Amino acid sequence: MTLNMGPQHPSTHGVLRVALELDGETVLKAKPVIGYLHTGMEKQAEYKTYTQSIPQTDRMDYLAPMSNNLAFCLAAEKLLAIEAPPRAQAVRVLLTELTRISAHCVWLGTHALDIGAMTVFFYCFREREKVLSIYDMVCGARMTASYFRVGGLSMDIPEGFLEKCRKFVDEMPAHVDEYERLLSKNPIWLARTKGVAPLAARDAIAMGATGPTLRGSGVAWDLRKAQPYSSYESYDFEIPVGAHGDAYDRYAVRVREMREATRIADQAIERIRSIGPGDYRLRDYKYVLPPKHEVKTSMEALIHHFKIVAHGFFPPVGEAYQAIEAPKGELGFYFVSDGTPRPWRMKVRSPSFVNLQTLPAMVEGRLVADVIAAIGSLDIVLGEIDR
Amino acid sequence: MTGLAPERFEERLRERFPGLSLRRQTGAAVRDDTWFVPGEQIVEICTFLRDDPEFDFAMLAWLGGVDLLPREPRFEVVYSLLSLSRNARLHLKVALSEENPRVPTVTGVWPTANWHEREAFDFYGITFAGHPDLTRILLPEDWVGWPLRKDSPLGYEEVAFTHNTPARIKPAPDLKKLKPRKVTFRAH
Repeated sequence: MTLNMGPQHPSTHGVLRVALELDGETVLKAKPVIGYLHTGMEKQAEYKTYTQSIPQTDRMDYLAPMSNNLAFCLAAEKLLAIEAPPRAQAVRVLLTELTRISAHCVWLGTHALDIGAMTVFFYCFREREKVLSIYDMVCGARMTASYFRVGGLSMDIPEGFLEKCRKFVDEMPAHVDEYERLLSKNPIWLARTKGVAPLAARDAIAMGATGPTLRGSGVAWDLRKAQPYSSYESYDFEIPVGAHGDAYDRYAVRVREMREATRIADQAIERIRSIGPGDYRLRDYKYVLPPKHEVKTSMEALIHHFKIVAHGFFPPVGEAYQAIEAPKGELGFYFVSDGTPRPWRMKVRSPSFVNLQTLPAMVEGRLVADVIAAIGSLDIVLGEIDR
Repeated sequence: MTGLAPERFEERLRERFPGLSLRRQTGAAVRDDTWFVPGEQIVEICTFLRDDPEFDFAMLAWLGGVDLLPREPRFEVVYSLLSLSRNARLHLKVALSEENPRVPTVTGVWPTANWHEREAFDFYGITFAGHPDLTRILLPEDWVGWPLRKDSPLGYEEVAFTHNTPARIKPAPDLKKLKPRKVTFRAH
């Protein structure tokens, strides 16, 4: 029998369609069909300046907008050979780690909901809401942040922001304990995830899986440690890894990652405090907008402002690829520049796109119900797969 | 390339493939270590780079097409290799002509290349010879053309203004004559 799961199905986390060939309840073959959310972002980026493309990136992995912004900005900064000032880097680290927590909260809530644990969803969305209100405070948007800019941040953090983050970071470990109390030893949860949808480390590497999907299979690979960016080398944190590569291990890895992310965010808050007030973006006005008060008083700043708003900045002829450890894995942007303010080519290496390819290997020969658990444990976002 | 010296890479590759046309991409702002390799040998080169313990490029991070119109050769396929044990990245490039954008598939080397190659086919019409299922992946199956080529314009439809709208309005379809679209799919 051939069964068509999705694209309109709540447990496919968006518009994923999986064509399943079944023998009774056993999956013989699974074929993910994607593209229902394709919006041609790579094509559109060729018609926009670099800064204009930043709002596009929010809409890729819409559960982790700040991570997308960061990957985009870092890739453009690599092309321009510039680096954001320390204060901006610390704010970026703080916000991307909070993003990791909120993205994992959504993953945990929906994954648990899919396989029958409804309560977790309410708990997780409660904490996610707090992160969204932190976004709201810092940039005025709850989901489509577009807060980072090439060379730093779009504006400085507001008053009371660090206190709000501090409160959240202090409370979060207790909330993660709550999630774990609901799930980690829950016999139904164990039955639905232990030994389900296993992925061997060898296969995970060959299929290009990254992020918690790879680490759940026991490979300690994290770009924040291996190829650090935004001064991640100066933060103290661990890389959680799994042992068997099953859905439970991926769950355990992500839950521990929430704890580690809390630790990093904690260090980032202290770092922002110790750096004190300072530049939140570069003062290189060939690439970065000058502060508004200077535009009103200085002719030079006004010209730079006008040039950047009207034309954008001109990167050198060349190309650059920069990847970050997004909540879902390696998120990278590849730019080919022809020296004009618009990228000649923007290629997005999205983690969900690659991780989803491992789905057939996880579910073939297993039960239909395990497909739901497998999709949930992969943590995919279709916005980023289809782009 | 973090962790591996480019000179060493060139030396090893020349030693293994005598007479190989290998060229490093130059340019002040080429930020990653990028080498042009001939398309016919891509599978052997990739297999060597994957299996050789000194390189150990066990993962293909991504693969994608680039259209360089009006330059000739027009297309490039970029292979972004990642070595977990050496913590190294390497970009290989294959240049392809406009008349015959065709390169052997590397799905046999890294299974992850499957979807990336389908995407490059979908966007640029680059054929990956030997690919097990080279079909459109993100665009609809019946899409005509290669949208990311530079001669494929953005915004295919004319924007509707009052001065051009009347001509564009089509008579409403007769609902009785409409047949449901036949949906066929097969699990592979």
